[in-house]
Amino acid sequence: MDTNRRNFLKVAGLSTLAGLGGTAVVDRLVTGAGMAQASTEAGHGAEHAAPAKAGANRYGMVIDIKKFYQDPSLGEKAIHACHQVHNVPNFQDKRDEIKWIWMTKFENAFPEKPNLYRDEATATNTLPILCNHCDNPPCVRACPTKATFRYEDGIIGMDYHRCIGCRFCMAACPYGSRSFNWRDPRPFIAHVNQDYPSRTRGVVEKCNFCVELVQAGKLPACVEAVSDSKALVFGNLNDPNSEIRKILKEAHTIQRNPSLGTLPSVFYIV
Amino acid sequence: MYDSGKIIPGLIIFVLFITIPIWYNRGGAGTEPPKPVLPKDAKTCVLPAAEIRAEHMKLLNVWRDEVLRDGQRAAVTVDGKEYPKSLMLNCMKCHTSKKQFCDTCHTYASVRPYCWDCHLAPVE
Amino acid sequence: MFEKALKGNNYYWMWLAFLGFFIAVAAVCYLRQYFYGLGLTGMTRDVSWGIYISQFTFLVGVAAGGVMLVLPYYIHNFKAFGKITILGEFLAIASLLMCMMFIMADLGQPLRGLNVLFYPTPHSMLFWDMCVLWGYLLLNALCGWVILTAERKQVHPPKWIYFFVYLSIPFAFSIHTVTAMLYCGLPGRHFWLSAIVAPRFLASAFAAGPALIVVMALILKRVANFDAGKQAIDKMVTIITYAAIANMFFVGLEFFVGFYSDIPGHKHTLQYLFFGLEHHGHVYNNLVPFMWGFVVLFLVGIALITHPRTRRENDLWLGLGCASIFLAFWLDKGIGFVLGGFVPTPTEEIVEYYPTFNEIFITIGVWAAGFFILTILYKIAIGVEHEIEA
Repeated sequence: MDTNRRNFLKVAGLSTLAGLGGTAVVDRLVTGAGMAQASTEAGHGAEHAAPAKAGANRYGMVIDIKKFYQDPSLGEKAIHACHQVHNVPNFQDKRDEIKWIWMTKFENAFPEKPNLYRDEATATNTLPILCNHCDNPPCVRACPTKATFRYEDGIIGMDYHRCIGCRFCMAACPYGSRSFNWRDPRPFIAHVNQDYPSRTRGVVEKCNFCVELVQAGKLPACVEAVSDSKALVFGNLNDPNSEIRKILKEAHTIQRNPSLGTLPSVFYIV
Repeated sequence: MYDSGKIIPGLIIFVLFITIPIWYNRGGAGTEPPKPVLPKDAKTCVLPAAEIRAEHMKLLNVWRDEVLRDGQRAAVTVDGKEYPKSLMLNCMKCHTSKKQFCDTCHTYASVRPYCWDCHLAPVE
Repeated sequence: MFEKALKGNNYYWMWLAFLGFFIAVAAVCYLRQYFYGLGLTGMTRDVSWGIYISQFTFLVGVAAGGVMLVLPYYIHNFKAFGKITILGEFLAIASLLMCMMFIMADLGQPLRGLNVLFYPTPHSMLFWDMCVLWGYLLLNALCGWVILTAERKQVHPPKWIYFFVYLSIPFAFSIHTVTAMLYCGLPGRHFWLSAIVAPRFLASAFAAGPALIVVMALILKRVANFDAGKQAIDKMVTIITYAAIANMFFVGLEFFVGFYSDIPGHKHTLQYLFFGLEHHGHVYNNLVPFMWGFVVLFLVGIALITHPRTRRENDLWLGLGCASIFLAFWLDKGIGFVLGGFVPTPTEEIVEYYPTFNEIFITIGVWAAGFFILTILYKIAIGVEHEIEA
């Protein structure tokens, strides 16, 4: 869709709303949704990671699949660091399962890329998947209370105080990144991190790109945990001189199911 | 009066029922004001005592929205001292006992804030 | 008018007590769920909506189905429906209350439900669903009550009420359209991502809703001495027939698109629902009996309500036919559509869902509560009818 038509539709839509519900509705729509800034050029590939707003950050991650294939302990380290720092519970019963980042096979992470003759490494090894922090997130669109929302720096956050537990976001997420607290998670947290809250039962949770660390100028826990290997690289996609952009320039990367137009911020070096 | 045999006992039961709080607590709870244990080594707070006592729940909500939703995580500075906008990383660092500080008033006032469903109280 | 609900014969009270028993069981089960969490259900992170939301989806349709009486009567002046439009309106009220109860049962944090109002979010379809469901509930309560009151006083209803009656017609369509949009706007759920979902929902709603009303009317004829009239029943059966066939046509189109295009994602859920889906050497097929039950019941039902001998000459066969249609579309939409949509998961794994007893008892209890409300409302409506006749 070209820009003129898009803008026309936006203006037309907003003025209709203004007529119907007054300016308050419009203000809410513009400030609350985070969608207006999120809509970048439609298309595929890294190109559309372009800044929606000049000067704004957009955090992203590059995952080097080969390094995880070569050293399976990297995955364990990353998961452990994440789940430890965020008080993610460890349930025995799979039906209660909660996970922020986990290892899975290529065919599960990229079901839209089937291959009859897979190379052995891809067929047998596992790679990490987590919330994609989409630039055009379906979960944010679906949430009826703005309990899940997009920060200006592109991270998709969760407000556990506001979540009503309707699980619409879980149905909306095309990557299966979200988990629900089917029961009180507290007794299932092995080692409690006193600096970060747990969750209550009845709310949805997911990877938050360590927003509490990133916005304080630190690296996400999983990236930190495997920092020696450079298997995970985190950075600002909107900064052309950042390390992550250099890697994206050099290596061929793919995103999980980009044809849905969600514009994931997590890239994979195959 | 018709049916006075039903109406009068009914009225008595009704009055007794709605006055439960009065006769149930007769002479018991509700008379002693709570005495929260104040921190020994900290003398200042982000607001004067009277204000923080009355407004802490609103302040926590404002902080919550600023930090969590707007990403405004910078600490607040009061009289040259920096305070992170955080229940666990600020308030509870001085008020190290939830039982002896928070709970005394909350129990007295019969409020059960859901903060503690997620946020962790300091280990006591 | 409520006093009409307080006088009834023994069967009336026994029926209410029977429903009350299931409501009480459900209340206990709900308390258990409330204090433990939704972990008492069979839902998982992969099948994150279960029978609560699927019942909700189906019942929105039943509520919308009432419009098939209101529309012919008020727009086309089809007089024969005059006596029974109230049955449609009251059925809508009971169904919508069931919908609300199912939503509340499904919320992880029910006490925060009002957050949908405190933080209105126009880009969420759930927000709009709440708006139209409440709107339709209030419209039906208002119209039903005002018109029934006027009828009782044997005067014409006030003119202003017609504005709300006409308004309720687009609302009926919108409740089920917006409910369909909860599903059909989600990327990455192939089975739901189909423009035919809303029309299909409406078609099955306009069959299932009136089918339940016909069953009710036939029961009321026996137990409450209330005759809806042959012409009204006959017209409703015609509506049910066409709507039911339209629904099957839309289901058939889904099959064509999936299997002729041969795109795996478009076929998977249909395969899972109707034939079982093979994955890593295991065939997952726990919904297959339900879906074939749906097909068989539809065929039985449509045969019974179209063959002249069963349709016009025998109330029992007609009632069974309508009940089959109702049950068939309950299996289709109240079981298959929602649960099937989660298979396979976004990471192409298959997780099957089995509701727990606690969950099933809550579900039965909400249905019982709905029929409890419906019984009382119908008792009032029929009490007024009898009063006028007397």
